[in-house]
Amino acid sequence: MSLLTVNDLSVSFVTRNGTTEAVKNVSFNVESKSITAIIGESGSGKSVSCYALLGLIPQPPGRVDSGTAEFGGRDLLSLSERELRGIRGSDIAMIFQDPMTCLNPYMRIGEQLIEPLIVHGVANKEAATKRAVELLDEVGIQNPEVAMQAYPFEFSGGMRQRVMIAMALIAEPKLLIADEPTTALDVTVQAQIFDLLSDLRRQTGAAIILITHDMGAVAEMAERMIVMYAGRKAEFGPVDQIINHPRHPYTKGLISCVPHIVSDMTEERPDLVEVPGIVPSLKDFGQDRCLFASRCTYVTDKCRASRPEERLFSDGQIADCWHAEDL
Amino acid sequence: MSTQDIGAIVEAEEGASLWNDAWLRLKKNRAAVTGGVVLVVMVLLVLLTPWIAPYSYEAQNLDLGATPPSAAHWLGTDIFGRDLLTQILYGGRISLAVGFIATAVALVIGVTWGAVAGYVGGRVDSMMMRFVDILYALPFMIFIILLMVVFGRNILLLFLAIGAVEWLTMARIMRTQVQSLRQQEFVEAAVSLGLAPAAIIFRHIIPNAIGPIIVYTTLTIPSVMLLEAFLSFLGLGIQPPQTSWGLLISYGAETMEEYPWLLIFPGAALTITLFSLNFLGDGLRDALDVRGSKD
Amino acid sequence: MVRFILWRLLQAIPVIFVVITATFFLVRSAPGGPFDSEKAVLPEVKRALEAQYKLDLPLHEQYVAYLGDLSSGDLGPSFKYPGRSVNEILSSGLPVTAELGLYALTFALFVGVLAGVFAALKPNTRQDFIPMGMAMIGICMPSFLLGPLLVLVFGIYLDWLPIAGWGDLPGDKILPSITLGSAYAAYIARLSRAGMLEILSQDYIRTARAKGLPEWQVVTQHALRGGLIPVIAFLGPAFAGLLAGSFVVETIFQIPGLGRFYVQAAFNRDYTMILGTTVFLSTLIVFFNLISDVIAAWLNPRLRAQFKGGA
Repeated sequence: MSLLTVNDLSVSFVTRNGTTEAVKNVSFNVESKSITAIIGESGSGKSVSCYALLGLIPQPPGRVDSGTAEFGGRDLLSLSERELRGIRGSDIAMIFQDPMTCLNPYMRIGEQLIEPLIVHGVANKEAATKRAVELLDEVGIQNPEVAMQAYPFEFSGGMRQRVMIAMALIAEPKLLIADEPTTALDVTVQAQIFDLLSDLRRQTGAAIILITHDMGAVAEMAERMIVMYAGRKAEFGPVDQIINHPRHPYTKGLISCVPHIVSDMTEERPDLVEVPGIVPSLKDFGQDRCLFASRCTYVTDKCRASRPEERLFSDGQIADCWHAEDL
Repeated sequence: MSTQDIGAIVEAEEGASLWNDAWLRLKKNRAAVTGGVVLVVMVLLVLLTPWIAPYSYEAQNLDLGATPPSAAHWLGTDIFGRDLLTQILYGGRISLAVGFIATAVALVIGVTWGAVAGYVGGRVDSMMMRFVDILYALPFMIFIILLMVVFGRNILLLFLAIGAVEWLTMARIMRTQVQSLRQQEFVEAAVSLGLAPAAIIFRHIIPNAIGPIIVYTTLTIPSVMLLEAFLSFLGLGIQPPQTSWGLLISYGAETMEEYPWLLIFPGAALTITLFSLNFLGDGLRDALDVRGSKD
Repeated sequence: MVRFILWRLLQAIPVIFVVITATFFLVRSAPGGPFDSEKAVLPEVKRALEAQYKLDLPLHEQYVAYLGDLSSGDLGPSFKYPGRSVNEILSSGLPVTAELGLYALTFALFVGVLAGVFAALKPNTRQDFIPMGMAMIGICMPSFLLGPLLVLVFGIYLDWLPIAGWGDLPGDKILPSITLGSAYAAYIARLSRAGMLEILSQDYIRTARAKGLPEWQVVTQHALRGGLIPVIAFLGPAFAGLLAGSFVVETIFQIPGLGRFYVQAAFNRDYTMILGTTVFLSTLIVFFNLISDVIAAWLNPRLRAQFKGGA
């Protein structure tokens, strides 16, 4: 039984200029204690899908059109705001992309850190403070007692992200959603944060959904991945299998785009690989054809005429492509 | 990508230039459009007053005295039997004139001061803005009252006094704008393409700096009008035989128990005009996406 | 922090100095003196009066003498009310005006913040338009229009509240305070709405919601802290405006406060009174601006740390 099963999720945004289907018929599941990556470019709908799970999308202009999200025997998408609040921060926690703006600059670190425990009635202030100090230590913040009294501006980006992680894990959630946690950080810090997340996963047993556009990180950390393009699922399945044998042209393109560092400088350096073309504009989402067609080397008329259906492969690998078998 | 971003991107894919965008946005703001229309009507009415006023300005009818609205006098008459509608029209000429002219004075001084300080920078800028800071800290209300008392109630002086207060903020805004624009990359690009400074100033900096100036000007006019009304109420502004809305309101307040229309109608005229200006100014601010000094 | 305060104090001194000097020479350069309007006064008597009040000395000597008096806190005698000094008149009017200002400010803060925060919670809906529409009325209706209207409705037609005086009849402080405070309630409402809107769109508000906080806690514990800073910064200018506004309100409601004395002094050319009141009020305003700036800066943790480091 999976920890989280998302089935046929669709989310649209209604603005006065029209309706955009930001997420369309996306399905995936997350096993307990696993790391599942959602990978895609900006605008692919990866963040929106996860925000929808926690009800963090403002309902105008957002709108959940369809889908279920089973978690702990309940459908998250049908819960009331009150019930969702009970889950946020305690069963499912989220960390966001830009640590510089995600902490309240007017509040001390300690105050913000203990909030999940206080709000969910898990502990009183004293116990929460103790736990917070422990957690700061676990995430690698030095002098945790002093740090508790500090304000966010006193910390660097990497340290703030660690605080965010501590804040997310303090109530011992079963699932942590990490929305591009390292995009705003330096490369060396990125590696540290990923290591931290892996360690914590081992220690706490929480499952992680890692939203990212970094294929390298996915290859290293995740066990399963879902590739999203233009609001739709392109491919889903075990990471190793997909990387060895991608069944969707977009996935193939993404993998080959990762530049390799050439060890011997005298070797001829291969040209950088790119996927030609650009992502379709938001107005074009939701049409009944393959949205990747204009950039695809395997394209045929069928692709332009109707939306690809799922093709299943061994071990739960699923690809939404008319030509998945040919790859 | 946040949900606001998605909305913005869908919108952006439509609009063209900055002015186009702004005009479209302004049109959608009903309050601003209403304000604009009312303002235009008001201005037209007071401009055409000498031709459309039902009675002459001086016409008195002492036998009649103060009467409530009637067919002959749509808004009633004051204690001298003068038609209130006429009084309000003529008063409006003065009030609006003070508003526009004093604001224009403030605009010219402020924009020039700010533009020079912002463009030249360095020590000159520091000195110029220091001067502004000191003046800014002075409690101007008190000084204006003093000035008006001391030098007599000259309408010209009134313009100058009010203008002297309002130019400071204008200067600050202009200077911030010019300063930030000058450092922006498109100016560097223009310079590297070999454009002369004058061309840069006129074709690049000024059009971009105008946004906040327009907004602030539209919002200064009502402040100025309030200031004039305030002074006139205290007896320090416009003097008889001329009249302004502030004066009319002060007369109305004196006799409001017996003749409430003398207070209500001039009050309504002033309030409606101020409303229009403020709504229009707010609408412009949203349309041009001006964020005060935070930019 | 201490250094910052001292530095601002230092900056305030030239301002006050300019105020004193400018006022002094402005008043004296006006045509007419305090004794001109008296009924035919014998020239000798006039000269004697002028000598007594040192008006016969050259202007710059008068200036220096005045500065000397000032430094000992003596604002001089009133020209118009023989036997009463400016200090005396000021101290009788000050408590009244201070009380009026306090009530008005309290009203403005209370109503303004509530309205602004309320409106910011659901922007562009009725919950937003109605309070902000009323705020617009507050801004567009000058106190000398609002006051009489309130008096007309509540004092005369409904006969609920007294229409003049201060402290003589119960409830006579209500209408003047509301009249004076309305415009500021309106400004504060707009400021707090703008401040809250800005804060509520910040990422850390989303973080707070993601932690499971109920919306009211998100607003009170996370958003208010930053959102109200513009309101605090506004208190300085608001104070200056309230003082100016008191001139009109005290005149309308016949309240024996500083404002009314000031206006009368201005008309009467009571030099020392004008000077004294101007200096006093200006000094107050400058200090209040300073305090409000300091508090606003202190509320921002980053600025606060910078100051502490420099103290």
